[in-house]
Amino acid sequence: MTGSSEEKATRPIRVLVGKPGLDGHDRGAKVVARALRDAGMEVIYTGLHQTPEEIVEAALQEDVDVVGLSILSGAHNTLVPRVIELLRTQGMDDVQVMVGGIIPEEDAQALRQLGVVAVFGPGTETEEIVRFTRSCARGA
Amino acid sequence: MAERRETLSWLEVQRLYRPRDVQVDYDRDLADPGEYPYTRGIHPGMYRERLWTMRQFAGFGTAKETNERFHYLLRQGQTGLSTAFDMPTLMGYDSDDPHALGEVGREGVAIDSLRDMERLFAGIPLGEVSTSMTINGPAIILFAMYLAVAERQGVPWEKVRGTLQADILKEYIAQKEYIFPPKPSMRLIVDMMEFAAREVVQWNTISISGYHIREAGSTAVQELAFTLADGFAYVEAGIARGMDVDSFAPRLSFFFNAHMDFFEEIAKYRAARRIWARRMREKYGAKNPRSWMLRFHTQTAGCSLTAQQPDVNIIRTAYEAMAGVLGGTQSLHTNSMDEVLSLPTEKAVTIALRTQQVLAYETGVAGTVDPLAGSYFIEDLTNRMEAAAEEYFQRIDAMGGVLAGIENGFFQREIADAAYRYQLEVDRKERIIVGVNGFIEPDEEPIPTLKIDPALERAQVLTVQQVRAERDPAAVEQALAAVRAAAVDGSNLMPPILDAVRAYATEGEIVQTMKTVFGSYREAAVF
Repeated sequence: MTGSSEEKATRPIRVLVGKPGLDGHDRGAKVVARALRDAGMEVIYTGLHQTPEEIVEAALQEDVDVVGLSILSGAHNTLVPRVIELLRTQGMDDVQVMVGGIIPEEDAQALRQLGVVAVFGPGTETEEIVRFTRSCARGA
Repeated sequence: MAERRETLSWLEVQRLYRPRDVQVDYDRDLADPGEYPYTRGIHPGMYRERLWTMRQFAGFGTAKETNERFHYLLRQGQTGLSTAFDMPTLMGYDSDDPHALGEVGREGVAIDSLRDMERLFAGIPLGEVSTSMTINGPAIILFAMYLAVAERQGVPWEKVRGTLQADILKEYIAQKEYIFPPKPSMRLIVDMMEFAAREVVQWNTISISGYHIREAGSTAVQELAFTLADGFAYVEAGIARGMDVDSFAPRLSFFFNAHMDFFEEIAKYRAARRIWARRMREKYGAKNPRSWMLRFHTQTAGCSLTAQQPDVNIIRTAYEAMAGVLGGTQSLHTNSMDEVLSLPTEKAVTIALRTQQVLAYETGVAGTVDPLAGSYFIEDLTNRMEAAAEEYFQRIDAMGGVLAGIENGFFQREIADAAYRYQLEVDRKERIIVGVNGFIEPDEEPIPTLKIDPALERAQVLTVQQVRAERDPAAVEQALAAVRAAAVDGSNLMPPILDAVRAYATEGEIVQTMKTVFGSYREAAVF
């Protein structure tokens, strides 16, 4: 299922945009998904109300380079560590995890320590997210 | 500097408006306040007779914490209550359900059973306050719990006043807190309308909401058009049940957003009243003037607030609140400056409430009714909002109505397109948002925010488990069987659900029972 690193270097970057938990705020997730797609990436949007298990299963099936999680409900401290743990269990350590939404700074720091590569808060330009996604997917 | 020549809905704005720019017949299009078509307001004296209701939305943690916030707000001069429920409650899960993990009490108050509802309203006489409850998918269950608390307080149901949101159509369109598929959800709403028309006559059964449509990224025109289209769909569903339109339409109310484009918002509210009145009288044959009157609650735009320089949000909220008042709102929630970061602190919510009090008592805007009427610009904009909404109604009718539009993703696409277009304009600095893409302050100090103690989730899990251990299991089983039987045979679900909550069946159990008959809804994800 997982492609070789050589294949990965030549194909378009693949990103899974996920909405874990019960949160229904999907404006940001959709805007970011569209911006990444318009920047030439292949974007899979999971839709709403996904469990961490469903998100990681989709990431595995779709062989993505990056997982972006959007959470505005305050449940990030429970849901994000679970996704990271499941990715590791599946041997997907090379998949980069980004988080967007309403994340207080002290929580963002804790998430970065767990391995989240970026936390994007309200007011972030889509161009910044595109740039960052490109650099972290390519290991630049 | 960006030179704006369009409203937030991308309607063109001219340099100057003159008499020849506006076509308006006073008696036909405006009329005095309190007169059909109510463009100028639904009451002759408006705020001279009675100020708007100052109603701050509140809820977090367990029932105990939120009960304390309610008492605090009432002591500060708030005049109505408004309940925010947490995500598991909104989605029909008990606090100990695996789906609820990490979400309990975070975005609102956790309610699992009648026990929690009793604690939530402890010391608050339900015959004297009016309570708004923001709940949709499981609204019928929370309504039953509220009525059961009133019963225990000895308050007759005909004295109970308040509002349920119960607007499921906008959940599929925008807010996405749905449980069952659209058809059984509509049936639950009509069951409530039918029951309340008989037994809880002062209750507003549906708060038809544009607020969430707007927060999801729609324009003001889309908010206006989609909300009113939803309203017509509820009216048609009531008529299809065989109810007389005048038996339920007077209890329908609306809920709009107040965003940053000052004049466009005012025009939106005025257009909404005129469209509703005309349709209700001319198309649906309502005879009671109360069926023609569009009453509405307003909340300032959460999505207009910025995480950068959050103090500035106080100013944004004040302008938005003024638009709501100049547009003739019946009640108002002003957002707290920190709501883009967390639920509000007590200090932040007090400033937000004071913003309304300054507006009401110091600015003079409440002194005369609809003071902007006759402005060439406002009247032209009101006409254009109405015309743009009518265009949408035709498109929606052509595709087979609101449910068809939801199924084919029409509303969801229209909103996502507008949200993306707006974001690109901000990214390109074609729109300046103070503190975000202009007038940026480096190295901002973080402001204090409200923290929800994770121990509250554990306490709430224990509470619901204790309730299950203490109640009569045979009574619960019997009550749930009656809910299931009514779900199957189509009789009104309110009476069996009332019996179930009285027996301390939990919200999650009642929802699961209905899911076995109705199924669950999953949307096709489009972006």
